[in-house]
Amino acid sequence: MNDVIDARNLIKRYQVGEDAVRALDGVNLRVAEGELAAITGPSGSGKSTLMHVIGCLDVPDEGEYYLAGENVAKLSSDRLANIRNRRIGFVFQTFNLLPRMTSLENVELPLMYAGLRHGVRERAVVALERVGLQNRMFHAPNQLSGGQRQRVAIARALVTDPALILADEPTGNLDTHIGEEIMQLLLELHAGGRTILIVTHEPDIAARCRRQIHIRDGRIVEPAGGG
Amino acid sequence: MLFWTIVKVGVKSLWANKLRSFLAMLGIIIGVASVIAMLAIGAGSRKEMMTMITSRGSNMLTISPEQVSQSGVTGGTRQNLTVADAQAMLGVEGVQRVAPVVSGNMQIKFRGKNQPTPVAGCTSTYLPIRSFEIESGRCFSDADEESRTRVAVLGPATVEKLFGVDDPLNQIIKIKGLNFRVIGVTKAKGDQGWFNPDNQAFIPYTTAMDQLFGTTYLREINIQATTAEELKPVQERLTALLRRRHKLLDGMEDDFRIRNQADFIAMANQMNQTFTLLLGSIASISLLVGGIGIMNIMLVTVTERTREIGIRKAIGATEKSIMHQFLAETLIISGAGGLIGSLAGIGLALVLPTFTPFKTDLQWTSVLMALIFSGGVGIFFGWYPARRAAQLVPVEALRYE
Ligand SMILES: Nc1ncnc2c1ncn2[C@@H]1O[C@H](COP(=O)(O)OP(=O)(O)OP(=O)(O)O)[C@@H](O)[C@H]1O
Ligand SMILES: [Mg+2]
Repeated sequence: MNDVIDARNLIKRYQVGEDAVRALDGVNLRVAEGELAAITGPSGSGKSTLMHVIGCLDVPDEGEYYLAGENVAKLSSDRLANIRNRRIGFVFQTFNLLPRMTSLENVELPLMYAGLRHGVRERAVVALERVGLQNRMFHAPNQLSGGQRQRVAIARALVTDPALILADEPTGNLDTHIGEEIMQLLLELHAGGRTILIVTHEPDIAARCRRQIHIRDGRIVEPAGGG
Repeated sequence: MLFWTIVKVGVKSLWANKLRSFLAMLGIIIGVASVIAMLAIGAGSRKEMMTMITSRGSNMLTISPEQVSQSGVTGGTRQNLTVADAQAMLGVEGVQRVAPVVSGNMQIKFRGKNQPTPVAGCTSTYLPIRSFEIESGRCFSDADEESRTRVAVLGPATVEKLFGVDDPLNQIIKIKGLNFRVIGVTKAKGDQGWFNPDNQAFIPYTTAMDQLFGTTYLREINIQATTAEELKPVQERLTALLRRRHKLLDGMEDDFRIRNQADFIAMANQMNQTFTLLLGSIASISLLVGGIGIMNIMLVTVTERTREIGIRKAIGATEKSIMHQFLAETLIISGAGGLIGSLAGIGLALVLPTFTPFKTDLQWTSVLMALIFSGGVGIFFGWYPARRAAQLVPVEALRYE
């Protein structure tokens, strides 16, 4: 199988005053197409940092990262924007919806940045139906519950039909019951053939992923031997 | 993103901050409106000056006695211009008309009505030199001048004050207690603010000198040159002639002064340019301040919306599309401000003359310029904040609280 993600010796440092923090301290990670993996580890171990690098939202200080065989460091900012738009769907712990827009408009946005002229509305509606929000399309984020917001965010992540979905503690702000629904959604998406990485603190959720990646102090300590 | 989407998103986010957007716009509105109004005032006052100068006569030279000046203090006016001087000027090359003038303010009476009026004792040539035309009746003739007849040509404003709607022709008016017969009325030229050429009386200079003012000297001599190009050479010839006639030796100063209408126009133009420049620069400064106001608001907006920018970049916005969005917002502010400001400026230019002493002449080029300029201000002052927004690293923008 092809590796969607091939990260080699990633290092990311932060300098805060006198202290140098190594958020990533030589991470090697390969994820094959169609995998479902959970990333776990204590708080501050570098999970989010890794997700950001994988999601092309951040760049490592050292190391190489190949996304579907392409060396990300060599890509222009336009190309990276394009990758974030079409190939990756990012789901955040804090939802990150645009507050002044309706669910529908939020979901339409990636399609607009994709330069789509036709079918924008239709595709957004389909994505919202997919997450079960067909009757919340014209609500603003502050008129939705936390679980509903996260479902809008998932609809937004999958509306451009990306091969890779990255979810950084998608259930972290939700109670267990609602978190379970979100997890169910992600599992369905995986069943549909997508590669999915989920950062989580919850053993329950991690247990449902075939592969588990554990991080401590910016290093992967228990690589489960690959999918 | 598509053009209309960008505009729509821009309008939407400006609308979400109505008050702030309006305040940002206000600077541009005031700037543009004042540029347009100020330039209209400048052009209006120029136009007014020009009509005033040319309505006083075209291709005209005015010769008057030089002021008596002793050790720098100006005393009274000399008395040294004579009718003979004026007659001698008739023979000078390039001179078309000559009018000797004596003048003074007099009370004119008609049946108990009283009107203070500038009275000009002159020849009939004075009227064409000063661009007056006869509306009804006639002007006095050479014979009238010869025989010192007591006849008068009145301005329409004087007529209205004394006679109302009645026909003034052949009525007898009293000037300084003497009876004068009204033989003509001049065409209206229009009030010019501080001087109304339509309130005037013209009588033969001979009559005036003998019977009204009791003088043998002239107040001034008006000359009309054949063409505008002749003004300068005629002025030189007249200077030479008068110096000879007044027996001035080399090295002695002129005891008369010749004023050239072209000098007036040049002086007026000069003054007006300074005036317009001053007004224009004050207005431009307010436009500049307006632009800085926009930049300030946009910088605040960028900072405030850092997270939004992060989200947009995370879902695939390119630097260009973020840049376009912010530029669109500043352009909408400055464009709308420019439009509203133009309307306000045009409105001001139109209504100002009704309640202020300013005359205005709306310059469409200045409206166009102000519009283009406000668009430029939008791009110039919006570019920096837009670029800052566009170049944010997504993860840092997302982390922004
Ligand atoms: N912008 C930053 N400046 C300085 N240090 C940072 C910055 N971002 C992250 N760090 C540090 O990098 C380390 C890793 O952070 P990261 O957010 O990846 O942790 P995490 O594993 O996601 O933690 P959590 O489970 O609490 O979300 C932490 O020690 C953090 O303090
Ligand atoms: Mg984290």
